[in-house]
Amino acid sequence: MPFIPHTEAEVSRMLAAIGANSIEDLFDEIPENLKVKSFDNIPARRSEMEVSRLMHERAETDGQPLCFIGAGAYEHHIPAAVWQIATRGEFYSAYTPYQAEASQGTLQLIYEYQTMMCSLTGMDVSNASLYDGASGLAEAVLMAARANRKVKEHRVLMPASVHPYYRACAKAICDAQGFEFISIDFDSSTGTTLLESLKAYEGQAISSLVIPQPNFFGQLEAVDQLTDWAHAQGALVIGVVNPVALALLKAPGQWGAQGADIVCGDGQPLGAPLSSGGPYYGFMCCKQQHVRQMPGRIVGRTVDLEGKVGYTLTLQAREQHIRRAKATSNICTNQGLVVTASTIHMSLLGAEGLRRVASACWHNTRKLVDALTSIDGVEAVFSGAGFHEAVIRLPKPAADVIDALSKRDILAGLDLRAHYPDLGDALLVCVTETKSDADIARYVDELKAVLGA
Amino acid sequence: MSEALIFELSSPGRRAAAQAPVEAAAPTAIPAEFLRQDIPGLPEVSEMQVVRHYTRLSQKNFSIDTHFYPLGSCTMKYNPRACNTLAMLPEFLARHPLATQDHSQGYLACMYDLQEILKSVTGMKGVSLTPMAGAQGEFAGVAMIRAYHLSRGDTERTEILVPDAAHGTNPATAIQCGCTVREIPTDKNGDVDLEALEAALGPKTAGIMLTNPSTLGVFERKIEIIAKKVHEAGGLLYYDGANLNAILGKVRPGDMGFDVIHMNLHKTFSTPHGGGGPGSGAVGVSERLRPFMPIPVVGKDGDQYRWLDENDLPQSIGRLSAFMGNAGVLLRAYVYALMLGPDGMTRVAEFATLNANYLMARLKDKGFDLAFDGRRATHEFIVTLKKQKQELEFTATDMAKRLLDYGYHAPTIYFPLLVPECLLIEPTESEDQATLDAFVEAMVAIWDEAKADIDKVKGAPYTQPVRRLDDVRAARQLDLRWTG
Amino acid sequence: MSQIPAELKYTKSHEWIRLEADGSLTIGITDHAQEALGDLVFVETPEAGQSFGSGDAAAVVESVKAASDVYAPVAGDVIGGNEVLADAPETLNDDPYGEGWIFKLKPADAGELDGLMGADGYADFLKSEQ
Repeated sequence: MPFIPHTEAEVSRMLAAIGANSIEDLFDEIPENLKVKSFDNIPARRSEMEVSRLMHERAETDGQPLCFIGAGAYEHHIPAAVWQIATRGEFYSAYTPYQAEASQGTLQLIYEYQTMMCSLTGMDVSNASLYDGASGLAEAVLMAARANRKVKEHRVLMPASVHPYYRACAKAICDAQGFEFISIDFDSSTGTTLLESLKAYEGQAISSLVIPQPNFFGQLEAVDQLTDWAHAQGALVIGVVNPVALALLKAPGQWGAQGADIVCGDGQPLGAPLSSGGPYYGFMCCKQQHVRQMPGRIVGRTVDLEGKVGYTLTLQAREQHIRRAKATSNICTNQGLVVTASTIHMSLLGAEGLRRVASACWHNTRKLVDALTSIDGVEAVFSGAGFHEAVIRLPKPAADVIDALSKRDILAGLDLRAHYPDLGDALLVCVTETKSDADIARYVDELKAVLGA
Repeated sequence: MSEALIFELSSPGRRAAAQAPVEAAAPTAIPAEFLRQDIPGLPEVSEMQVVRHYTRLSQKNFSIDTHFYPLGSCTMKYNPRACNTLAMLPEFLARHPLATQDHSQGYLACMYDLQEILKSVTGMKGVSLTPMAGAQGEFAGVAMIRAYHLSRGDTERTEILVPDAAHGTNPATAIQCGCTVREIPTDKNGDVDLEALEAALGPKTAGIMLTNPSTLGVFERKIEIIAKKVHEAGGLLYYDGANLNAILGKVRPGDMGFDVIHMNLHKTFSTPHGGGGPGSGAVGVSERLRPFMPIPVVGKDGDQYRWLDENDLPQSIGRLSAFMGNAGVLLRAYVYALMLGPDGMTRVAEFATLNANYLMARLKDKGFDLAFDGRRATHEFIVTLKKQKQELEFTATDMAKRLLDYGYHAPTIYFPLLVPECLLIEPTESEDQATLDAFVEAMVAIWDEAKADIDKVKGAPYTQPVRRLDDVRAARQLDLRWTG
Repeated sequence: MSQIPAELKYTKSHEWIRLEADGSLTIGITDHAQEALGDLVFVETPEAGQSFGSGDAAAVVESVKAASDVYAPVAGDVIGGNEVLADAPETLNDDPYGEGWIFKLKPADAGELDGLMGADGYADFLKSEQ
């Protein structure tokens, strides 16, 4: 029997000890008419070998096309050691460190992770992670409303340059609690949020302003001015950032005069494979004064009864298992295993390694954009500084181009028509450090062929 | 041995040089106003230092792979290795979530099959795999219940009924969905108090959240009556799948009358707990809630699989993650389901129940008090140390900490809150009789120790990397990051 | 046996209330309550100007494993919270009827105080709860 060790002799002995005649007897409290007799759609069991063969076939069907899509999920090199250690049974098959003395490995690792995230973001406090970047933004919006006691209105300024799926997710999660999201348009030449477009909300009660850096288009927002404006209005600032970009870019803790209040984002670029969108993790950091409004688990350092240093979950009275209906969030898990991988990843790269990765991404993206825009009819949509993504306008329908290149084993980018119809046949492209000059040349050549240029 | 922090191993200028690009010039065209002036304080260490440090940290953990882990309500069963290996095939790891459809058919086929398997084993009519944990599955479920009522113009139904024994996530979720919570008491046998339920039902009832078997380790025998009464009052039934392992393949939530369920795939379908996640909280729905499922869902046109989004499900409660949840976890659950087959799933419930009832019988035989004596255990049961606390000052915490010294992870303690000094014990189907017997002997030995020398037990653990930790200090003097 | 000062009023949710000379009320939690909660790690006090109805949750006391609301015993406006507790929540454990007070309230109707228990009534109530 798969994954069940019992021998028939054991079963007999155990039933005798219970005083039951059969295993079926143990279900005698369940009304007979409710018991299921058979299933329709569950395939008969297969051996590990047979399942392995099926999964290999399925994987090969998808292949490994050359990927130039980013849009919130980024292909980076992950050192071999990262997942070899993260999938050690002691990390892989442990649970939440509720028994701290028997979980010091996971707890110390999370304490190290919290330290790393605070240092990358320039913030005081980090939690042990949330589910992903999008749901993390939703939690940040809820948290800002709790922390900003002076503003009773649940009104949030949400630039249209924030990832459309992040905006959709924040809306889905915050909707029922009566949040109003006010969309802020971006400037059509730079693709960034202008101070002028915020003027209409001056003097109004605003709970928080969301600032993406880099934004969904890969463009850099004027974070200092936006932060100072929000604080002058009594709004809290929520930064949504790419953690790899933070190797180069100003830490949110240094934005404007006072820094961002809450920082969140997706930790995927720090050691999680693309893996169809998950598991990733959402990181969240904040200023010290807001720590009690933070959702999710937090690890603290303390001592044991002999005075020896140890680590434990702390501030648990915020959480659902104690506070129940008054909890800061219904969240109980974090994305522990991915955080484990990520902490190992950050340790291996260090600040210098991460800076090299970020720089290589930046240079590669410029190379691709320069090459693409030299093709007749292809142009860059936005000007101004960016990180490792850019928006390109095509002379043919973007969907057709994407299809044609997909057949040539290239994922050309993300068609923006569904989310930003005004941008026309716009394609969001991304180049990370994983692409060689030859990869970039291949994309350019294939695109030329498809465009007939 | 204590392990230094990775930062304390750091030396200026040291690097794991092979893991980063060999060359990378600084970006020339980013204006200074956007750039950081400081260098982030990540450790400067070699690859071997990193490998040794985190390998050593791993050895400070209890885990399923190293220890019996009877943590009630968490279903710490064996996580088959093949699930991990096959979910980490290079093509699956490299697949971008927004890849084109022709580079997605293999992955989508797995997800479509998994949706069908979960529908069949739970008796539901639709499944969305996107929720990333049980709590998010709960959110999706209650949000769908709200959306259903609102779509009918039934705006007054905002009250969610929750048994007092429920997980804390239930009331927290209801609040997050903009509802109010009304607690329903439990009767002395561990069932929902029907009279109190009837009194609570009315035109404001949005629905009820139930865990069955309940967190008290017993099957709710009157579930059909409850379903009938809630439905008659215009409410819907939410099934918290925390304890699905107890009934997998034996009874289906859909047949019990539930309208929406979440499944903790990291429990019942054996995906890893990972030191506290990632989880996976797939939801299943009855016919009337199908239009409201969270997106995206995998659909099939002819022989082509494709994502269904807001265009296909315009009444959807929306998107709960950037992409489609914990995709890699779902692959692991799929592999597990294929290796079990329908008979294997039924055996999960059968042997989980056999192990729990056996362990319960043995502990009762040794003089331990059961919270609900006379009832069958489901896949878990509750021992109460109320008597031991009164006689010896021997508490559930003491038992838990001393068990660590005996090489067992502690059961869940102080949950459910209704039972004083409780140990919620869930052995799972993975364990053999000898392991359960040895665990019984350990519980008995610790009780004997408490009788002989309570201070010795109160000083436990002795064999772990640290002794009992000062969690009051941890909360009063917050130290949440290393500052050098 | 926990202390129950004779001059104070009490509630069934274990708040104590002192009527000050100026007509304001000082409110805290009883010795029995702090003992049952154990070492407190955080106290959230209300801000001056907040208004509460009788029985509204006005403050929160947290131990490591529990969080409990502290209720306004009568309707009124908050005069201020005890700022000492923010940095030293243990003050409440050490001196629940003195330095460990939680907030001060200006009652809307002083007559409401008559509905509260005296020391003897609270002592009897504690006995009945056991």
